[in-house]
Amino acid sequence: MAEYLIQSLGLPEWFAWSLMAGLAAFLILNLMAGGALAFIWAERKVSARIQDRLGPTRTGGKFGWLQSLADGLKLLAKEDLMPEGADGMLFRIAPYVSFCASFAAFIAMPFAFDMVGLRLNVGVFYVVAVLGLEVFGVILAGYASASKWSLFGAMREAAQVVSYEVPLGMCIVVPVMLAGSMDLVTIAEKQAGWFTNWYLFHDPFTFVIFWVYVTCGVASVNRAPFDLAEAESELVAGFHTEYSGLRWSFFFMAEYSSMFLVSGLAAVLFLGGWNGPVPVAELVGLSEGSGETTGYLVRLLGLANLLGKATLGVLFMMWIRWTLPRLRIDQVMTTCLKYCTPIAAAMFAGAMLWLWALPGGVTAAMGVGVPGRSRSAGEVREGWLEGPGGRRAAKARPADVVRAEVPR
Amino acid sequence: MNLSLPLLAAINWHGFFFLLFAALACSLAVAVVLAENVVRMAFYLVLSLGATAGLFFLAGAEFIGAMQLMIYVGGTLVLLVFGVMLTAQAPFVSIRTPVGDRVLAGLVGFSLLAVLLLAAVTSPVWRGGGADPTARATEPMATPLGMALVGVRVDAAPTGSEDSQAAGVRSGYLLPFEIVSVHLLVVLVGAAYLARAKRRRGLPARPTVRMGGAP
Repeated sequence: MAEYLIQSLGLPEWFAWSLMAGLAAFLILNLMAGGALAFIWAERKVSARIQDRLGPTRTGGKFGWLQSLADGLKLLAKEDLMPEGADGMLFRIAPYVSFCASFAAFIAMPFAFDMVGLRLNVGVFYVVAVLGLEVFGVILAGYASASKWSLFGAMREAAQVVSYEVPLGMCIVVPVMLAGSMDLVTIAEKQAGWFTNWYLFHDPFTFVIFWVYVTCGVASVNRAPFDLAEAESELVAGFHTEYSGLRWSFFFMAEYSSMFLVSGLAAVLFLGGWNGPVPVAELVGLSEGSGETTGYLVRLLGLANLLGKATLGVLFMMWIRWTLPRLRIDQVMTTCLKYCTPIAAAMFAGAMLWLWALPGGVTAAMGVGVPGRSRSAGEVREGWLEGPGGRRAAKARPADVVRAEVPR
Repeated sequence: MNLSLPLLAAINWHGFFFLLFAALACSLAVAVVLAENVVRMAFYLVLSLGATAGLFFLAGAEFIGAMQLMIYVGGTLVLLVFGVMLTAQAPFVSIRTPVGDRVLAGLVGFSLLAVLLLAAVTSPVWRGGGADPTARATEPMATPLGMALVGVRVDAAPTGSEDSQAAGVRSGYLLPFEIVSVHLLVVLVGAAYLARAKRRRGLPARPTVRMGGAP
């Protein structure tokens, strides 16, 4: 896009690049803020439905559409309090640390084919690394508040996040192994076609590990039943007890956008990314490369697919939150260390063996050809496949070759 | 539309961002030394390491940059937690370093810096004439590294020969990688052994009331 601006409109290079960077940042910020508004409204309605209530009904019409906006205005007008004895600088900066970590993770997140802030060769690794930084804000807030409730919440959060990074990493390695790349765009591209091509249905092990990922994802974004850092029934409000007004709402924007990010990551890694369950565009003979307008429409369809899947993921987390009771801290640790980690390790080994024994997945093992997108391994942009020693690299991983040949 | 302001176009943006991140990393590192509160020190350290990760991203080494974020910045998290746990009491909130310690630390630090600078200046590869740093930013860097770790040197395979084993290509970094992994595993097992709850043998476990749920 920036190249397009430079070449066809004759804009200077620095201006085109900063314009595109500004546009991407603007879109991501609005996705985060608008998403938080929509999801807070949805959370109210979902929780009300589950608890046999109505939820907001008056603000802005029948369904309380404007409830979040009214909340936002209220938060803007609230006094920004800071307790005496708090560490002023850290107290002020903590919400922004959380928010920036969440924002930075979105940079490498692909929303559709070619719609990615910055396509990184190690995208998935980057997203996980940056998402782990969000906890810094929580710990700083807990320490700087000079309140025992806050400190308790922060310590619990630290223990939880450090533990859950282990099984989360193991879950993420499996799609990386299947795709042979850490590039999120490549991982999603390899799942093109019908929904049977999704890594969720690649083999039984990936199906199981997806649910481990869901558990760890919910824990890593600090949502109930793993919301020990907040635990409003024991710790008042946990790490954000002392926060009010806009600083408090920054924590919530960070939380909701992290939920969205984890769901989007699940969509890319296991649920086909921007490829819908039925390849509609492919069936009517369109693809990203066919023409300027149609290619754009296909990308928009992909965008709708990915956002829809991520929204479904967030709604699933809400359902979980209002259904299950909160775990105790020892139960949280037990879930992580005694269940999630061994299951993830076993499934990782299983997926590896499956890839070795049945490289084409379930459908290839049964000899059923799946009508998929006609995109061969050579077309997928993998630098090392074409590089020197490319043949050897391809030999080492027969999965791609076989998978590319089966559909037709 | 004439937007090509001569000043903005003349700036070497790569160099500008390099200087920005380098200045951030250095000044925050100095702030770590000068701060008196342990938690603030850890926070400055996080920011300094983050700026270093920014330098890696700027150089196009995305894998190293993400690694820096994951390991160093993430590892400082634990440091921060310990800082909070050990110094939350009043006497430790503000730590003043004695002058002797400062002198000693300065001596060690500046001699190390001198050695590193000497090495950097005398290294012929780093003295200009290298490839354009922006040109390398587009190469995929992680895959050859990952393949080398499992023993296949994709980057070093000679062109034209099909079987790289026969051509005597170096066998990658599989052995060092395995040694490091086993070493880390030993450390993990040792840490779990040291940290486990110690129970006296023979006595039945007493039912205890758990406050807040520490196991």
